Amino acid sequence: MTATLEFTLNGKARQVEADPRRNLLEVLREDLGLTGAKYGCGEGQCRSCMVLLDGRPIQSCLTRIDAVAGHRVETIEGLVDGERLHPVQRAFIEAGAMQCGYCVPGMILNTVALLRENDSPTRAEIIEALDGNLCRCCGYGNILRAVELAAKSGKEAATR
Amino acid sequence: MNLQRYIEEFPEPERYELYEGPRYHFELTRREFVQVLGTGVLISVAAPAAFAQRSSDRGSAPLAERLHIAADGTITVLTGKVEVGQGSRTQITQAAAEELRVPVDRIRLVMADSAVVPDDGGTAGSRTTPSTVPTVRKACAAARQLLLDTAAKKFQLDAQSLEVRDGQVQGLGGDRTFGYASLVAGEHEGVLQREAPPGVAVIAVSEWRVLGTSTPRIGSREIVTGAHQYPSDITRPGMLHGVVLRPPSYTAELEAVDLDPARAIENVIAVRDGDFVGFAAPTSFTAAQARDAAALTARWNTGSHPSSDELYDHLRSHASDRRSRRDEKGSPEEALDSAHRTLRETYHIAYIQHAPMEPRAAVAEWNDGDLTVWTGTQQPSRVRDDLARTFRIPSERVRLIVPDTGGGFGGKHSGEAAVEAARLAREAGKPVSVKWSREEEFTWAYFRPAGVIDLAGALDTEGRLTAWEHVNFNSGASAIATPYDVPNIRTEYKPCDQPLRSGSYRALASTANAFARECFMDELAHAARIDPLEFRLRHLTHERVRGVLLAAAERFAWKSAWKRQNTPRRVGVGLGCGTEKGSYVATCAEVQVDPDAGTYRVVKACTAFECGAVQNPANLKAQVEGSVIQGLGAVLEEEIHFRDGRILNPRFSQYRVPRFRDVPELETVLLDRKDLPSVGGSETPIIAIAPAIANALFNAVQARIRSLPLRDDRYRAV
Repeated sequence: MTATLEFTLNGKARQVEADPRRNLLEVLREDLGLTGAKYGCGEGQCRSCMVLLDGRPIQSCLTRIDAVAGHRVETIEGLVDGERLHPVQRAFIEAGAMQCGYCVPGMILNTVALLRENDSPTRAEIIEALDGNLCRCCGYGNILRAVELAAKSGKEAATR
Repeated sequence: MNLQRYIEEFPEPERYELYEGPRYHFELTRREFVQVLGTGVLISVAAPAAFAQRSSDRGSAPLAERLHIAADGTITVLTGKVEVGQGSRTQITQAAAEELRVPVDRIRLVMADSAVVPDDGGTAGSRTTPSTVPTVRKACAAARQLLLDTAAKKFQLDAQSLEVRDGQVQGLGGDRTFGYASLVAGEHEGVLQREAPPGVAVIAVSEWRVLGTSTPRIGSREIVTGAHQYPSDITRPGMLHGVVLRPPSYTAELEAVDLDPARAIENVIAVRDGDFVGFAAPTSFTAAQARDAAALTARWNTGSHPSSDELYDHLRSHASDRRSRRDEKGSPEEALDSAHRTLRETYHIAYIQHAPMEPRAAVAEWNDGDLTVWTGTQQPSRVRDDLARTFRIPSERVRLIVPDTGGGFGGKHSGEAAVEAARLAREAGKPVSVKWSREEEFTWAYFRPAGVIDLAGALDTEGRLTAWEHVNFNSGASAIATPYDVPNIRTEYKPCDQPLRSGSYRALASTANAFARECFMDELAHAARIDPLEFRLRHLTHERVRGVLLAAAERFAWKSAWKRQNTPRRVGVGLGCGTEKGSYVATCAEVQVDPDAGTYRVVKACTAFECGAVQNPANLKAQVEGSVIQGLGAVLEEEIHFRDGRILNPRFSQYRVPRFRDVPELETVLLDRKDLPSVGGSETPIIAIAPAIANALFNAVQARIRSLPLRDDRYRAV
C-alpha cells in the first residue's frame, strides 16, 4: 500500500513513494536520509522530532506523510545557507546551548518559528513557546540564553 | 572490561553497577554469513592494529596506542571513553592540545572505536577527569618530549636550546622550526612507536593555556546543522529496520508464537530464537506491522509481580542481612538510648529513570563472520564482550563503535539493542538498525533503585549531635557516610530482592542518602532550635564541605533570607550539602507555597560546587546547572509506577520530566581550587537540590515530607 506524494522539502520539490500511514519523521529519516529530526517519544511530548510545516512548528512523529502532500516542510538540514549558519544556529553555538545535543534541532526550529512571529520575545514568551521541547540534560539555562542571543541579532533571525 | 577490572578501577564499586551476563541464549548453528554490500574499513586512523585493544597500561604502552601524527600534520588522539553530553570529548581534546602545545582544532579525537582505541574502562563514576585525562596528558607530554629529542638529534642541536610551541619544535628565539609532521616522517617514522620516556612532567596548572579555559563544545556545528550522526542516525547500505516482540509483563514467558502472519508481509524477516522474537524490514513501519501481526498469535505464561503501591514494605521484608554492609564508630546504640533527645524517621525514595532523549539504539553489520556494531553505551568494552559471548566469536572479531550519544546519566551501561540488532542482522544477511521506543526504554532498560532509609539522631542538651544512625534498604551505599562530626555512628546498607531491574544513575545512591541525611539534619536543627546552617557548621570540620556550604550561603545571602522568610508570605528557604566522588556541593533553595491549593514552586536555587582545578569552566557550569535541574525532576514528579509486572507510566505524557517552565532562577558558584587535583563534576551537583527544596518547604509551612518525589496528601509541586 504505497502512494506517490509530493511536497516541498527545504525549498525543493520532492516526490516520495510511501505508505500514506507512515509518519513524516520516519519518512524523513528512513527514506530521505534526513536524520536531523529525532525520535524521542512518538507521542508528540518531547518535540525532538520538530520540523516546520508551512512555517509552523509541528511534531513530525504525529504527522502522517500524506498530510504534508502539497505543503512546505523545513528541516534542520535546510537551515544552513551554503556554509553560512542561520543566526539561531550561531547563537546556540555561542551560548553553549547543548550537552548531548539530541534535542537541539527541534529547539532551533521552534526558535526559528518563534522569531519569525515575534522578533523580540520576552523571557516569558520564550518559555511559553519552548516549554514542550524537552532537554533531558536539562541545559535549559543555556538554551534560554541562546534564544535571547538570537533575538538580539534582530532582523536576520526573524527573516531567514 | 570484566568485573574484576571494574572493581580495580573503582576503589569503591557502586553496588548497583549492573553486571549481568548476556540476556539471550541463542541456538547457534554454523552458517555462511552473507557478504554484506558496500562495507569497507572505516578506519582512517593509522595506529597499527597490533596495538588496538591493549589495555592502556598507565604510561608503559607505546604512544601509537594513544596518538598518531599523520604526514599532513593531523594529530589523532585515541580514547575508549564515550561522549554522552558530559563534555568528555572537549575535555580530553583540551588535555591533548595542552600537552602538545597546539590549538584544539589541530586535534582529532577518536572515541570508543574498538578497532583503534585503548580500553579506558567505562564512562562512569566521574572517572574521565581523574583517570583518563591524566593518562592522555602523560602520553601527550611524552610525545612532546620525544618530538623535541628527535629534532635535537636530527639537526644535531642541543635539546636544551629547543622548545615546543604552536605545534612546532623551535629553536629558542624561533630561528629554526620543525613541524611535528616532519619529525615523524621518513627515517624517524618509528618515533611514536617507542614507549613513553619515564619522568616527563605534564604542564603545571599555573602554565595551562587550554585546560582551564571555556573551550566550546567540539562538534557543535554538526549538532546545530543536524549533521552529527547519533547511534540512532547511523545508516548503512541495504540496512533494514528491526523491532523486537516484548513480553506483556516482566514475568511473562513465551509459550507459543506463530511467525507466519508476519512473514506473509512483503520483505519481512522474522526470527524466533529461544526467548528472542524479532523482525526486520525495509521500514520501521513494516517491521512494526510484522511484530503486531505476530503479537496477536503469541501466548504467554505470566506470574505475579509486586506493585509500586506495596514497594516500600516489599523492600523492607526482602532485605538481605547476609550481603549487607555495615560500618560503626563508638557506641551508637547506647548513645541513642541515653540521649537528651532522640529523633527517628523514615524516608522513601521512588524508582526513577534516566530517560535520556535518545533511547537505546544500535546498528549491526556482519561481514565474513566479523561483527561491527554502532551503539550508544557507556560500557563499550563490556558490550563488545557481551556480543562476543552471545555470538560465540572471539572479541577480536567484534568491532564496537560508540558515536557521540544522546544522553546517558548512568542509564546506558548495557547493550541490549546491540545484541538484538546483531541477531537480526545475522538472520537478514544485511545491516539492521534497532531503535527502542520510549515505551521500551521506560520498561526494558533499568532504573535508579528505590529505597527505604531509616535515620536516627541524638542531641545533647546543648544541641550537639551525639549519635547518628543511617540504614539504607536497597538504594545503595554511596554517600551513606555522614560528612558531619558525630562521636557515635552506625551506617548500614541492606541490599534487597527488588522488583525492578536497577543500575547506575547520575551520582547513584548519593541522591537518596544525601536527601535523607540533609533533611534529617534540618529536623535535628529544628529540634535543637538552631539555624540549619549554623547547626551544620557546628558539626563540620571538613574543609572542602565547609567551603561549598559557606560559598552557597554567602551568594544566597542565607542569613537575611532565613530571617526574611515568614509564614504569612509562605516563602521558605532551605539548604543541603554533601560530597561524593571526590567533589563537593551545596545548594540553597527558595520555594513559594500556596497553602490553599496545596502546591509549591521552586523559585530560586543557588549552588556552589568544587571539584579541584577546573578544566573547562563553561562546561562545568552547564553540568552543574543540568544536574540541579535533573535533580529537581526527582523532587517534582518523577516516579515509576508498576503493577502486575507492567510499568504504568512508560511515556513522557505520564512521566513528567523537568521542562522550561520548571526552571527556577539559577545561580552557580564554581570554586576553582587550582591547588587540588581535578576530579569529575557531572554527577555530584545533583545531590543537594532535593534536600534544599524539602527543607525550604518545611520552613515555609512546617510540613515535613519525607519522600522523593516530594509530595504527599498535603503538598505537591506545580
